[in-house]
Amino acid sequence: MDLQALAVILDSALRLSVPLLCACLAGLWSEKSGVVDIGLEGKMLIAAFAAAAGAHASGSALIGLAAGIGASVAFSLVHGFAAISQRGNQIVSGVAINMLAAGLSAIVGNAWYGQGGRTPSLEGDARFGDIALPGADAFAAVPVVGPLFREVVSGHALPAYLAFLAVPLTWFVLARTRFGLRLRAVGEKPAAVDTAGISVPLLRYAAVIICGVLCGIGGAYLAVAQAAAFLPNMTAGKGFIALAALIFAKWRAWPALGACLLFGLLDAGAIRLQGVSLPLIGPVPVQAIQALPYVLTVILLAGFIGRAVPPAASGVPYVKER
Amino acid sequence: MFAKSFRIAFAGVVAGVAGLAGAALAQTDIKPAIVYDAGGKFDKSFNEGVFNGAERFRKETGIAFRDFEPTSETQMEQALRRFARDGHSPIIAVGFSQASAVAKVAAEFPQIKFTLIDGASQLPNVQSVSFKEHEGSYLVGVAAAKASKTGKLGFVGGMDIALIRRFACGYVLGAKSVNPSVEVFQNMTGSTREAWNDPVKGAELAKSQIDRGADVVYHAAGGTGAGVLRAAADAGKLGIGVDSNQNGLHPGKVLTSMLKRVDVAAYSSFKAARDGTWKPGSTVLGLKEEGVDWALDDNNKPLITPEISAAVDKARADIVGGTVTVHDYIADNKCPG
Repeated sequence: MDLQALAVILDSALRLSVPLLCACLAGLWSEKSGVVDIGLEGKMLIAAFAAAAGAHASGSALIGLAAGIGASVAFSLVHGFAAISQRGNQIVSGVAINMLAAGLSAIVGNAWYGQGGRTPSLEGDARFGDIALPGADAFAAVPVVGPLFREVVSGHALPAYLAFLAVPLTWFVLARTRFGLRLRAVGEKPAAVDTAGISVPLLRYAAVIICGVLCGIGGAYLAVAQAAAFLPNMTAGKGFIALAALIFAKWRAWPALGACLLFGLLDAGAIRLQGVSLPLIGPVPVQAIQALPYVLTVILLAGFIGRAVPPAASGVPYVKER
Repeated sequence: MFAKSFRIAFAGVVAGVAGLAGAALAQTDIKPAIVYDAGGKFDKSFNEGVFNGAERFRKETGIAFRDFEPTSETQMEQALRRFARDGHSPIIAVGFSQASAVAKVAAEFPQIKFTLIDGASQLPNVQSVSFKEHEGSYLVGVAAAKASKTGKLGFVGGMDIALIRRFACGYVLGAKSVNPSVEVFQNMTGSTREAWNDPVKGAELAKSQIDRGADVVYHAAGGTGAGVLRAAADAGKLGIGVDSNQNGLHPGKVLTSMLKRVDVAAYSSFKAARDGTWKPGSTVLGLKEEGVDWALDDNNKPLITPEISAAVDKARADIVGGTVTVHDYIADNKCPG
């Protein structure tokens, strides 16, 4: 495999991993604070719809992104209200979010545009274009690194860079700041945080809102950058794969990046390997190639990551003792 | 683009309103209905072609039709049965995946007329219409090979089935008839019905082909194809549409479209039923019967050089005249060369 082919696969892997990464980091924030969130899928979906509708109405991708984040945060707050204020079952609330988003986006979409839940396709400024990073062409002459930089790192849409920027940011805030320490404590032992005079609900709400923002970026990327319209159910289980990636990464930011990139790479590999004759095996059937990411996920999750321990208080509503 | 979407949306609203109004009147006349395939009514391709044909019938006759977009295979049979029980006839079932459902429901309701598009059936109350997609694909293959500068072409299929391989095979043979050393990258989107409606994956597949040097990409992937054509247009390359005329989706970036006249099939089924000339049996429409063709309009006129149109016209004459026979993949599950 030559360099060009490798660059193509890596580039594709990066694009495919962006929505996963957004959802995975969103889940990380939420679960670190003790709120289990299986509604990532639903939030991304509603964000994708709002982003496509917003971008279509305004003709601006940025307004679409804002609309996506807004919708996703609104859903997050519903989940937060159920899980934090009402101390409800977080799984049930998450499932409800998923169903609500799937139904609402299709019905509202059909009512507004009458195209079976689709939004009209977006053109020009209503979509995020690819951003060429400065220096991409200048360094192109440097062997190996130059072309890789130009093909792989440069030339993605704005939300993709936001997603990758969120990785070091998440790591830094959670590991190195006072807010991050308190947030982690709230996920492990909320009673201790409460004793120290810090509001548990406030911290959890903050985490849930951050989760909403990240899901919003992921959803907007799907509808406004990767595709050019919203389609019913376009997230296609990415929110759940992100949850798998989160467990895989043991609730840590950098490994989350690694896990999402791995899933993206498997997806990209599946696309590239189609119809290619492998040595010894010959041409591999499409179905086998397409099952590869799932098979590897099962194998990796089953035996190769060791024990994955979630935050101690995740999924447990905090009840103040009086 | 916007004008088009608006028009479609408007037509949808009109159809809805007319459907309500027409329900009471329809008893004296035919009550046509359509059950779409997985891509959905507005896939701008296969299903939308059927819808457009039915719309034409509605505008001409004022007879409204009912339609249904199934979200799963099981719903297809339920929808067919519901329409049949309500006395709708003829019922158009769109797509090969409805063949078994039609066989079942048609046997239960022998007095109801069914039209199956893209399938074959021997039942006495079923009319089946299929197309020689390989012939139409051959023509666009000729055009693609003539338009390509790199000598590399792409093909993105929807679900990996023999029918779609037939498109691919015709395309490859057409391209090779012009340039024997042409290289055609072929990808299928998937092996489930979701493969008809995954433009993100379609765009990724097209991008990977373009990155490998393809400069004309043909799709036979229903709703997935929107992503293919968009990826080609974004990269400054050419796409080729399928089923409906998709030249207008990205004017100047879509070389041509392989027309599969499902609109004509739908229109003539309704019309024949109304005129009392509807007949069961299977029809296969090829280039000769004008069931398939390539699309030439104002949107792609600047792209079609005299050389391209001469080559395509010659290929068409050869196929219609019988001097060239395009191999049918479905005949032996193989593609020569």
